[in-house]
Amino acid sequence: MPELGHAALLVTFGLTAYALVAGVAAARLGRRRLAASARNALVGAFGSTLVASAVLLAALLRNDFSFTYVARTTSEALPTAYTISAFWGGQEGSLLLWLLVLTGFGAAAVLLNRRWARDLIVWVVPVFAAVAVFFSFLLVAVASPFATQQAPPDGAGMTPSLQNPYMLAHPPLLYLGYVGLTVPFAFAMAALLSGRLDERWLIATRRWTLLAWAALGIGQLLGAHWAYVEVGWGGYYAWDPVENAALMPWLAATAFLHSVMIQEKRGMLRVWNLLLVLLAFSLALFGTFLTRSGVVNSIHSFTQSSIGPWFLAFIAVTVFVSLALVFRRLPELRSPTKLESPISREAAFLYNNLLLLALCLTILWGVVYPLLSEAVRGEAVVLGRSYYDFFLRIFGLPLLLLMGIGPLIAWRRASLSSLLTTFRLPTIVALAAGAVLLALGAGSSVPGLVAYTFSAFVATTIAMEFVRGTRARKALGAASWPSAFGSLISRNRRRYGGYVVHAAIVLLAVGVAGSSAFDSVKDARLERGESMTVAGYTLTYRSLEERQVSNATEIRALLEVRRGDRELGTLKAGKNAYTIEDQLSNEVGIRSDLLTGEDLFVIAEQIGADGVVDFRVFVKPLVNLIWIAGAVFLLGSAITLWPDAREQRRLVARTQEIGLPATR
Amino acid sequence: MTVALVLAALLAVAAVIVVALPFLVEPEPESDRLGELDGTERRRLEQLEARDRALAALKELEFDHRTGTITDEDYRELLGPLRREAARALQALERFGAPAADEERPEAERT
Repeated sequence: MPELGHAALLVTFGLTAYALVAGVAAARLGRRRLAASARNALVGAFGSTLVASAVLLAALLRNDFSFTYVARTTSEALPTAYTISAFWGGQEGSLLLWLLVLTGFGAAAVLLNRRWARDLIVWVVPVFAAVAVFFSFLLVAVASPFATQQAPPDGAGMTPSLQNPYMLAHPPLLYLGYVGLTVPFAFAMAALLSGRLDERWLIATRRWTLLAWAALGIGQLLGAHWAYVEVGWGGYYAWDPVENAALMPWLAATAFLHSVMIQEKRGMLRVWNLLLVLLAFSLALFGTFLTRSGVVNSIHSFTQSSIGPWFLAFIAVTVFVSLALVFRRLPELRSPTKLESPISREAAFLYNNLLLLALCLTILWGVVYPLLSEAVRGEAVVLGRSYYDFFLRIFGLPLLLLMGIGPLIAWRRASLSSLLTTFRLPTIVALAAGAVLLALGAGSSVPGLVAYTFSAFVATTIAMEFVRGTRARKALGAASWPSAFGSLISRNRRRYGGYVVHAAIVLLAVGVAGSSAFDSVKDARLERGESMTVAGYTLTYRSLEERQVSNATEIRALLEVRRGDRELGTLKAGKNAYTIEDQLSNEVGIRSDLLTGEDLFVIAEQIGADGVVDFRVFVKPLVNLIWIAGAVFLLGSAITLWPDAREQRRLVARTQEIGLPATR
Repeated sequence: MTVALVLAALLAVAAVIVVALPFLVEPEPESDRLGELDGTERRRLEQLEARDRALAALKELEFDHRTGTITDEDYRELLGPLRREAARALQALERFGAPAADEERPEAERT
């Protein structure tokens, strides 16, 4: 039924175009029914996009190769789960997913806030619609997933590296993140357009921003784990432009989530916050452009790509119009208060923002540099790992330290003597940890040692906050220590959920430092029965196995692993030969030590016809802390996202006082 | 093909109905104006935000002092300006005739 899919997309395009035009007219003329009609159109667009998505999904599941998209991304032999993941595995499908999530989020955000912030919603609808018009236009006119052809006997199949369970969750989560950033953008633009620059746009979008930010964060960690176990090069983050595409909006959103607290607490940084929202959204668009335009795979594909110029034009228009709106409202955005002291919580958050932004823009420069060098000098110069690692240390390590300092300083100003009192224990713990690690030989990497020392500092401040807060709650009348702890978190979910997220970042920093600064690697060509030793592990190559599965031939080298006299079992590493796709993939062997967090990581680089195998073996200390950090990050995000009844009551009371409806 | 076209036509009709619904439900409303905040209401909303911000800051300061995150010295120095700020916000609201929000007011402010 490609006709139905195409028609559904046309309906979506029509509805979003109507929502844009009618929405602007309703807002400018103050027409209530027209505004409701525009809102209905946006909600209806979600319904029609859902129909289009259902048509594509059905075609994928039926292996209907008369759909060009289905034939290009799947095959008869492809397992069902990966057939479903083909929905977002190609350009057209992923754009359809963008549109589906966009219209879904738009409908939900508009309906949830329609009473409470109705004077904002009138403008939110056309802003959302403008973004949706762009994506639906692309799907209708430039990159339709419903193009048809004479059905071939079988499809081309899916790239082997995408045939991994992580691909079921990683891309959709990134899309939730990218698209989720449209919500704060739409409300920010609505606030500028309507002149309603009070706090409501921040309140209405806080959880949406958190949701998008959390989805981007988890999506990136899943992507890193996918790269680690599937791509088979021995790492988890390569500073690849597509990876950076997700990191940049996440960094901008992280900066926003911190600076927005300054606006809420002190009424400051109103322009800055609007600019951060614009930056995060523009980077989300830029990320989608990078991922799907082909520009990063080949510089020359930029001019050949049908989608790239459209995206660049849309990003340019978005940035220009948004900046013009901010400029127009500048007099109304002046802050009523000023920074009182460079030693205060808001100042610490500001430093955090500057460092995050510097890191974000440095990465952006690294991503666009090949394009610029190609345009200027005719030769694409790619900035390598050393460039990114250098700036990660320059900006990342102070950021790590600030994570421990910021929450323990008073708002407005703090005295030097109180700083000495507050930070005495964390400093002692950090210095002691640094000294012990130095004695244990961690001085071989200065950045690694600094990262560990700073991590000890931050971990101590977080522990102090929980211990002292729980003690205070107990003193205030909590029945037991567990109830005091529970009440501490439930009474200020943002603050203590934030600390849990900070704990996740500490785990991440320790894992990254351990696995990158203190890892070991060794290459060896082994015949059956031969051994190699790396970082205390002895690996003996025993045999080579071959097995046929539904869509590939699996070849695995079997290795026995020992550490000293202790037998640690066996490990398999090898390759998969995908018949239909005619491609080979590395299938690495990993042995994780749950107690130490260390991984033994084996790649079978070359497998000779005579059974001789070229192995590359890594030992990565503490790498598993990175994945544990993901679980802790999820927990912290869930705590911050959980609805806060007290805050709801306060907001309801405030809105009732000026006669707005009490429901959100 | 025919089924697909019929379904597509039904989808288009449904879209038109959804869009036209506000006009179908209320063909001749008493007022079609959007209920927006006037200038006074907007200023009052800003004052309410300022009041809530000041009271929340006082509450946080008290808790941070109780936990030991804020030292006695910093607490004494910050308390006065925050109280004055909260008082100013409440006075400004009184000019609008709004009641103060007692529920979330911290102990320091009530005393």
